[in-house]
This record gives sequence, structure tokens and C-alpha cells, in this order.
Amino acid sequence: MKTIEPGTEAPPTILTGNQAAAWGAFLSRVQVVSAYPITPQTTVIETLADLTARADWPNRFVNVESEHSAMAVCIGASYGGVRTFTATSSQGLALMHELLHWAAGGRLPVVLVDVNRAMAPGWSIWTDQQDSLSQRDTGWAQFYCSSVQDILDHVILAFRMAEEASVPVMVVEDAFVLSHTAEAVSLPAPAEVDRFLPPRRPAFSLDVEKPRAFGGLLGPDWYQEVRKDLHESLLRLGDAAPRIYGEWERLTGRSYAPVEAWGVEDADVVLLTSGAVSSTAREVVATLRARRKRVGLVQVRMFRPFPGERLREVLRGVPKVAVLDRNCSFGHHGIFHQELKSALYSMEAAERPRIYGYVLGLGGRDVGPRALQEVVRLTEVREAPEPETTWIGAVLPEGPEQEHEEGVR
Amino acid sequence: MIEIRIHGRGGQGAVIASTVIAHASHHAGYRVQVFPEFGVERRGVPVTAFARLDRSPILLRTKITNPDHVVVLDPALARHSPVTDGMREDGCIVMNSPSDEGLESLQGPWRLAWVDATEIAARHGIGTASAPIVNTTMVGAFAAATGLFRMEHVEAALREVLPAGAEANAAAALEAFEALRVMPSPVTGALQALFEGGAR
Repeated sequence: MKTIEPGTEAPPTILTGNQAAAWGAFLSRVQVVSAYPITPQTTVIETLADLTARADWPNRFVNVESEHSAMAVCIGASYGGVRTFTATSSQGLALMHELLHWAAGGRLPVVLVDVNRAMAPGWSIWTDQQDSLSQRDTGWAQFYCSSVQDILDHVILAFRMAEEASVPVMVVEDAFVLSHTAEAVSLPAPAEVDRFLPPRRPAFSLDVEKPRAFGGLLGPDWYQEVRKDLHESLLRLGDAAPRIYGEWERLTGRSYAPVEAWGVEDADVVLLTSGAVSSTAREVVATLRARRKRVGLVQVRMFRPFPGERLREVLRGVPKVAVLDRNCSFGHHGIFHQELKSALYSMEAAERPRIYGYVLGLGGRDVGPRALQEVVRLTEVREAPEPETTWIGAVLPEGPEQEHEEGVR
Repeated sequence: MIEIRIHGRGGQGAVIASTVIAHASHHAGYRVQVFPEFGVERRGVPVTAFARLDRSPILLRTKITNPDHVVVLDPALARHSPVTDGMREDGCIVMNSPSDEGLESLQGPWRLAWVDATEIAARHGIGTASAPIVNTTMVGAFAAATGLFRMEHVEAALREVLPAGAEANAAAALEAFEALRVMPSPVTGALQALFEGGAR
């Protein structure tokens, strides 16, 4: 393992997504880490335990007996005014649920890396987005990564955004497809990260000299105002994101946006993706465009706050949008699908795309070029979207009398 | 894009082999992406690890089903695992094998090369005498078989990846690099027989 020489540019190195997440937290000079191991998150905290043990600033790594306690430690430490980090996955994130609300309501800039893993049962350690999207309404911002470099950068960006807006931020990476996949990454120099992310200066914190109450009883005369403030702070985080991304780009040369688009201007069909599938989709879109197919791609990085205005701009006048969901709101649609429909509803009918919903890749089912090309093909041939979500690659045990639609089994 | 699949058994270090290949390829100027078989692994059961190399950024994030090259760490896997599944015709299989005996079943349009990595690794004291660790030795053989990177890249990679013992591992890798044998292609053999038959 390399050591960081403060003030010098570290050479590019090869890291897994989980190691990159740990390096992101380390370069952010995290002060309190508390976590409970769960596959496939474990190597995040293994790496971070190793790094923080060698850190030259005061820090604590707090071992706990559950994810619920891990988040409780992060909340307590964050109330104390220090920079705190945790990582989890799937059932672990679900166990944190109550305290996720507490971190957001307490306006605490905790950063959490969720390694997207399917929810049990059936027991699965493989990727889908059900765990993180089930936490949609907790008041956390959420960013979905599509490469190992993204993860490293987004942990640092998340601390900056969280502390600026006083809200917690979740950075999401796909189990195995990113978490255990190694690629070359650029480690920013510590001095550069220090310039981008100065020490946390909380507006208020626990102080024995100046006693205060936190999270006390709040009656109907004030509760709603506090909630509205949380909501507006998240919206402000969304407004600030392009500026903060811009600062990061000036520092590192790497550019990101809440919504990223390729080949949308002339597209007949635009794929809308999130997470690691976005990366494969870029390759597929490039291949199809080389064959003169007018296909585009929109990658949604920022899920909360939802970038509705930007999506309305980017998708204005596009005939068809195919939304790929590695998740399902059972009994309704894929979650990105329903969010997009809600965001585009206010557009004029003439410039509003038709929105096609596809669910695929649940529980780690591989999403390759063939599945993505099938989505493009189905969207092309269907004049109007089906009323129900189309499941790609799910072989359902149906009776022989039921006919499968071509290619949709 | 070059895709590689490594076959081993849990505990033999297939993932480390893929990581060393990634670092060596990175030094040779390639973009790299390496990943294990996604899931749970147990000691002794057949496992696989994967690598992608390219001169341009690698965007594909899917399983590898049609590898260009295959590395087999355990001689017995040639009989028990589908090591040639999906292989591309112009690729190469690099086998750890004490001899060329029994390798005919692996022959195909691809090149087939072998080296006795177990003997080399044992002699260099890598692992134990009864259970030598051949993963780093096989990376040297892979470098010789494919020419994707040079031994200096392997040495640099070993220094980066291994916590200790990079020198012994590099020496074993170099020996495997030099000792690699290529099986005569059955196609070439058939053509030769045809040619010889015609000349008679």
C-alpha cells in the first residue's frame, strides 16, 4: 500500500471501486468512521481502517454491532462537528433506515457509500438499486456512479456538497460491477483536496461550554417549517451541484454533471440510465451511432434532489425515451421511469417525449450490449409505450398457452 | 479490446494473477479493467478472474464470455473445467502443466502453450513445497505467450501488488517466460501432412 506524501501529486494507480471509496474518504480527511461489515461493502471499511490508522490527523474508527449503531455513531459524531463517513449495502442500509431520517432531519452532513446490492429474500449479494432507492424519501441526496474514478471523486464531492447544504449525501456504486472491479484511477494530491474541501465548520455543534438541545420536541407550530427548510436545502444542493462540479473540473480536469447526455440532439430514441449500466450504454450508443442509428443516452447521476428541470431541457423534443431501471416499485413501475414521467408531465405535449419503461438486471443479472440493443429495438418498433413496464430477460414460469411477445421473455 | 480469463481454484490466487496482469498492462500503456467472478468463492473450488485491456477507455461493464486469451493455473482444471468455452480463434491458452501429455484435448484454432509453473514456483520457494503458488509465475508465461507486455512491466507490477517477496516472484516469472513451450498447431500439422502426402 502506498503512503500519501502531502503536497505531491500521487501517480495514477489501480484500485477497485471499494478501495476508491475508501481513498475518497481518506483524502477528505475523515475524522470519524463507523461501519459494520457486509458483503460487498467490506473492502471499503477494510481499506479505510488501514488508511485512517496511518493518518496524520486525529481520527476514530468505531467498531459497532450493527448498521443501526454505525449510523447512530455517525450522527453523534457529526453533531459534535467532525467529518463522518460510513458505508453499507442492502439489508444493512435497510437496518439504518430510521436513522437515515434522523441524519437528514438533524441536518448532518454525513457521507455514506452504498454498494448497491439486491434485497433479500431470495438471498442475493449481487447488484441492483432496490436498497438505495428504498431510501428515496429520507432526505438524503443520492449520486449514482458509473466508474471507479467516479466513486473516488464523488466521495470528496459529497463531503463538499453535504457540508455546504447541511444535508447527508449517499454515494452509490454497483456491487461487484464497480465495487470489486479494478481500473486505473487518478488520486488527487492531498493539498488539492484540502483546497477544494476545507475543514468542516458547522453552523452549530455539541459543545459542553454552550449546552443546546438537539432533536427535541417540535410541535405543529414549527415542524413543517423545519421540513420545508430541509426540502429547500436539498433543492439548493441541486442548484449548487453544477458550480461545485465546475470547481472540481478546474482542479482535476474531470467533468461531471447531475445529468449527462450523449447524442441526444438528433436522436429518435434516447436511453435513460443510472449507475454502471450507463457506461456499457455509452459503448452501445457509440456502436449504434456508428451504424447511423439515431440513438442517444442520458445518464442521471444525481437522483435526489431530482434534476427535473435539466431533464426537461435535455429531452425537449426527443420523440422517445427508454428508461432502464435496475429496480422496481412493485405494483407500479421502475423508479427512474415514474420519476421521469412525473418530471416531464409539465412539458407542452408537442415537445414531450413518449416514455418507455424497462426493468432489467435485478439481483446482479448481467446487463450487456444485447439487452440494451433489445431495449432500443423494442422502443423503435412500438409506436406508443405499453401500459405496463416491460421486463427484459426475465423468463417467467408462465403456462404454455400464454404467448410471449417476441424478444420480451 | 483484449479479453482475458484466468482459471484457478479458490486460494490459488487467480484474482492476484489478474491484478498483476492489470498493473503490467497498465505499465505497457493499456487501459485496464479487472474483476473476479462476481460472488462467493471457496477454497479449492474452480474459480475464474477476468481482465480487459484496450488502448482507448474501456466502457463495457459486463461479463467476459468470449475471451481472447485463457490462463489455467491448475493442471487438473483442463479436465474438469470448461477452460476453452467461448474462446476466440486467434487467442492463446497458457497452461500450467508438467508436460504436454494430455493437452491435445485443449487444442483448437487458438495457440496452446504450456510451462511447468508448479515446479518453477516450488524451486523459488513461492508458497510451500507441497502447495506452491503459481499465479505470479504464470504471469511470466502469459507475457511470453501473448507479447502484451514485457518482463520489466511484470517486475514493476509485482513490486506494486505483492506485500513482500517481489524478487523471488519476479525470478520465477522470468524463468516461466523463458521456459514456455508452444504446442504444434493441429491445423499446421494437418496441412503439413497434406503437403507431405501430396509430395509423395
